[in-house]
Amino acid sequence: MARVELRNVTKLFGGVRAVDNVNLQTTEGEFLVLLGPSGCGKTTLLRMIAGIEPPTSGDIIINEQIVTHQPPRVRNIAMVFQSYALYPHMTVFKNIAFPLRTRGVAKAAIKEKVAWAAGMFGISSLLDRKPRELSGGERQRVALARAIVREPSVFLLDEPLSNLDAILRASAREELRQFQKRLGVTTVYVTHDQVEAMGLGDRIVVMNKGRVCQIGTPPEIYQWPADTFVATFVGSPPMNLIEQGELLIGFRPETLLPAVFVRDCGEMVTYPFEVTWIEYLGAERLVYGNIGEKCCSRHVVSRLPGNINLAIETGKTYPFTVARQDMRSFDRSTGLLIGRDPV
Amino acid sequence: MTGDTRSGAAGVRDRADLLARFMIMPAIVYIAAMIGFPFVLAILYSLSDATTGDPTLRLVGLRNYKDILADPVFRTSLKNTFVFALVSQSLVIVLSRVLATALMAEFRGKWIARFLIMLPWTAPISLGTIGWLWMFDSIFSPIDWILRRFGLLGVPGALLGPMQNLYWLGEPLLAMASVVIVHVWRLLPLATVIQLAGLSSIPKDLLEAAEVDGARAWRRTLEITIPLTLPIISIAFLFGLVFTFTDMTVVYVLTRGGPIHMTQVLSTWTFFKGIEGGDLAQGAAVSLFMFPVLAGIAALVLRVARRTEVV
Repeated sequence: MARVELRNVTKLFGGVRAVDNVNLQTTEGEFLVLLGPSGCGKTTLLRMIAGIEPPTSGDIIINEQIVTHQPPRVRNIAMVFQSYALYPHMTVFKNIAFPLRTRGVAKAAIKEKVAWAAGMFGISSLLDRKPRELSGGERQRVALARAIVREPSVFLLDEPLSNLDAILRASAREELRQFQKRLGVTTVYVTHDQVEAMGLGDRIVVMNKGRVCQIGTPPEIYQWPADTFVATFVGSPPMNLIEQGELLIGFRPETLLPAVFVRDCGEMVTYPFEVTWIEYLGAERLVYGNIGEKCCSRHVVSRLPGNINLAIETGKTYPFTVARQDMRSFDRSTGLLIGRDPV
Repeated sequence: MTGDTRSGAAGVRDRADLLARFMIMPAIVYIAAMIGFPFVLAILYSLSDATTGDPTLRLVGLRNYKDILADPVFRTSLKNTFVFALVSQSLVIVLSRVLATALMAEFRGKWIARFLIMLPWTAPISLGTIGWLWMFDSIFSPIDWILRRFGLLGVPGALLGPMQNLYWLGEPLLAMASVVIVHVWRLLPLATVIQLAGLSSIPKDLLEAAEVDGARAWRRTLEITIPLTLPIISIAFLFGLVFTFTDMTVVYVLTRGGPIHMTQVLSTWTFFKGIEGGDLAQGAAVSLFMFPVLAGIAALVLRVARRTEVV
């Protein structure tokens, strides 16, 4: 177990600031997720922690030691690449054994360790196969087994689930979280998928354009987004933002509900909601439409759970309400959250 | 049901198989006319007693093959052909890997380095070899001049001897070395380009994963890069081997097979025997002797290449 700390880390590629003055610190055994759109610098940040990419400035500290200019092998980290990067000419056994052989572990010990790691991911029967003979899910397990086999103090994962199909991804997510809890290894996980981030992370670091926008637990990020970028990037559909003078008022789609269905608990704001489009998704309905007066930003979404079977038609206007405690206000020019009190 | 069958049925122009045959035809005609015909003729000649003076075909069975096998010059040529091909190609593979690795890195003036490395490939082999002929000149050799300047040659007690020149093309071992040097010089650019293609086809992720897994540079080279580029190394090796086996220019221009047949190879011996000596039949037999060897090497290396294919 270890702590990873980044101090004022910046990375320039030519004139482009891929990572811009990032500061963050994990706690021991934490599962930290770096979340952001592609090109936001999250993978570059991970590669700098791994030691594959040197930072232009700033320091990387693992286990209280500055490792900024040290090669990967002395950092005691393991990394799972998006492509898994399995060695195609080696069997599964040799793939998993590789990090042990580079450390000069004795043959008998290698056998024992590989068996342990393979058993952990249920791939003991695949040890004689080559990577090309494995399915996507099996390859991912081999990559994970290769990463844990030498019991690293930090575990780095670069979108390891993105090559799996949707069903496999959900079960892999659950397994990943359970095994991380079991091993208790500090983990930094990169993803652009906010569902993955919310489901896996103890804390989430939301990044955009090389900068950290917000660090917080999944409920904090979801409920109290630090700015309009986080508000619209996290959550699907994203947070509704409507203009109100110098402010942008934000509320989540599931908090905008037909007035007839809301029991009056606390202060409510009611809007006339002109329905333009309805999407039926089985467990829920997404109702798109416009609220308030005609201005540029008044298009919103309401997410109705399946048990609200109110007949709604496009083209008609219905009264919809939001509880005031669910509303957030953002500065229109900077996009930053104003206060942490409800509007 | 009635309908317009013309618009629905596939016409001649829709038939991909016909198009494929049509497009492969020039290659087949070319191979048949330029390689197949001379090849059959060579087989017929080798079984006859034809000479340049009397090219009529009178079949004599395998007599020519028996004769050439009994000829010590042929045996020397056969040995030399293998020595030149294997030694020069082994050197080419090692040196081209070094060059390709260097060219993978980013540095100032990379394009000029790449251009200079490619240059020998663009020069006609006979011209290049004539250039080397001067480099190995028995009196004016610039190599000897440099060695003399550094005191390695031409003074009593010097490392390479007290004489003024090494006589590159006159001493058996040095003559063989000269031929090997020119072959290496000639084939290095092609092999470098092939190896460069092999190196750049390795996903960067794999080398980075190996680095994270704790492998130092030598282990990454031995356990990742070389195994993954083995198929393409075998291709480069095969190409070079065939080029060296079939080439007669280098030996013909540099040494004419001398001194005393010490650098004679099958291709030059074919020429001396069949064309200059006028014995078409034996010349054909010598030249055909290379064919099964080359076909065997090609089959072997292609098999190795297929077996080591990984993705």
